[in-house]
Amino acid sequence: MLSEFAKVLLFLIIGVVFVAGALIANRFIRPHRPNPEKSTIYECGEEPVGNPWVKFNIRFYTVALIFLIFEVEVVFLFPWAVIYKELGLFAFIEMVVFLLILILGYVYAWAKGDLEWDKPKPKYTKFEMGEKEVEEVKA
Amino acid sequence: MPEIFNMLIASFIPLLFILIYAVVILWVEIKVASHVQDRLGYMYTGGFHGIAQPIADLLKLLTKEHITPANSDKIFFTLAPVLVFASSYAAYAALPFTSTFIAANLNVGIFYIIAITSFVVIGILMAGWSSNNKYSLLGAMRSVAQIVSYEIPTVLSILTVVVAVGTLNLQEICEIQKGGISSWNIFKYPPFMLITFLIYFTASLAEVNRTPFDIPEAESELVAGYHTEYTGMKFAMFYLAEYANMFLVSGIAAILFFGGWSSPFGKFLSSPGWGVFWFVSKGLFFVFLQIMLRWTLPRLRVDQLMYVSWKVLTPISFVNLMMVGLWAILK
Repeated sequence: MLSEFAKVLLFLIIGVVFVAGALIANRFIRPHRPNPEKSTIYECGEEPVGNPWVKFNIRFYTVALIFLIFEVEVVFLFPWAVIYKELGLFAFIEMVVFLLILILGYVYAWAKGDLEWDKPKPKYTKFEMGEKEVEEVKA
Repeated sequence: MPEIFNMLIASFIPLLFILIYAVVILWVEIKVASHVQDRLGYMYTGGFHGIAQPIADLLKLLTKEHITPANSDKIFFTLAPVLVFASSYAAYAALPFTSTFIAANLNVGIFYIIAITSFVVIGILMAGWSSNNKYSLLGAMRSVAQIVSYEIPTVLSILTVVVAVGTLNLQEICEIQKGGISSWNIFKYPPFMLITFLIYFTASLAEVNRTPFDIPEAESELVAGYHTEYTGMKFAMFYLAEYANMFLVSGIAAILFFGGWSSPFGKFLSSPGWGVFWFVSKGLFFVFLQIMLRWTLPRLRVDQLMYVSWKVLTPISFVNLMMVGLWAILK
């Protein structure tokens, strides 16, 4: 008797075998004549310039970080949702408290401009300002 | 032994379904596109309205040379299409096609699907990074940022449905909505379930990189995104996985909100055979909707994309979850 997750494993194996099989079978049909010109990377017909592993926008990291926090929290919510109706009002209040803590962080990220793609220049409060920032504001 | 044999057959049925569906939908997509743009599209191959064109395309892809770019990471470059297709195919294991056919009747069905489809992100990142191409890398990074951002509204709207039905098993979710059109989830707790569906559908468009969220593959700026360097069969695998994913999110929408395999007329036409018909036609309807949207809406900018996800969909889906939760216990 296969357990349900063994069947899932079967699906994964079939998925891998199908792609691998198609690629291997493909080997006997397709031509294979590589030359250095052909295997240069595509850059709209020009000679490729510089290292392709370029620096990318730091915003991607911020998005990943915010995602991680939300995702972990959502994973915690799943068991809660399943038995929600049995627990009743208690479960609701508990979850409101749990979510409020998270929403606090969300509001902070929003206020700091971390949810925008073009992050605005940081706004400092009076206490966070050094002399340099005071000069900037005056100017 | 016969049980394992049966299981093997059962796990090949979705693969067959995907292959047939992909060939059909390739033709439909081009035809819809051309008619939206007031032209005819394929007209010659195979006689009637270019009906054999997808098969000709498939044969062409089969006989194309594989080009592995110089300096690319060869192992990851080959592994990426395998990972992308295998993970989206594994999600089909928990999809109930009818009341008597579900390959793996998991008690955590929907949770499992969310988990396994996350592997697609890793595959895309692998493809972009290993291609040794600037367009690929940028496309992959954008794609990952987009899928990750829209994962939150998707999961939250699924969570809202789970609160309403109280189970994660997809077969049971269908079972609950059996009594015809009026007992479908979308009509429960009006209008919150409708809002939930709209959030889910919008976010799932972004999850499968369809227009208006096709920034990762924006043809006019990034050539083809993360699969710029892929040729022949490897490229075809990415395409197949994309179509498989399109039906997957549509099928989940049909199960969660529109009763899955259950007939819209209650007991009328509700045998298991008709169940397949209802489920597949509901799924295909949403696939058709996705295709129509692709040719009617313009593409969003990256900053607009982030705005929609983090500042519109996420707060609304939180409020939505709370409202449905409150309603469910007060009732």
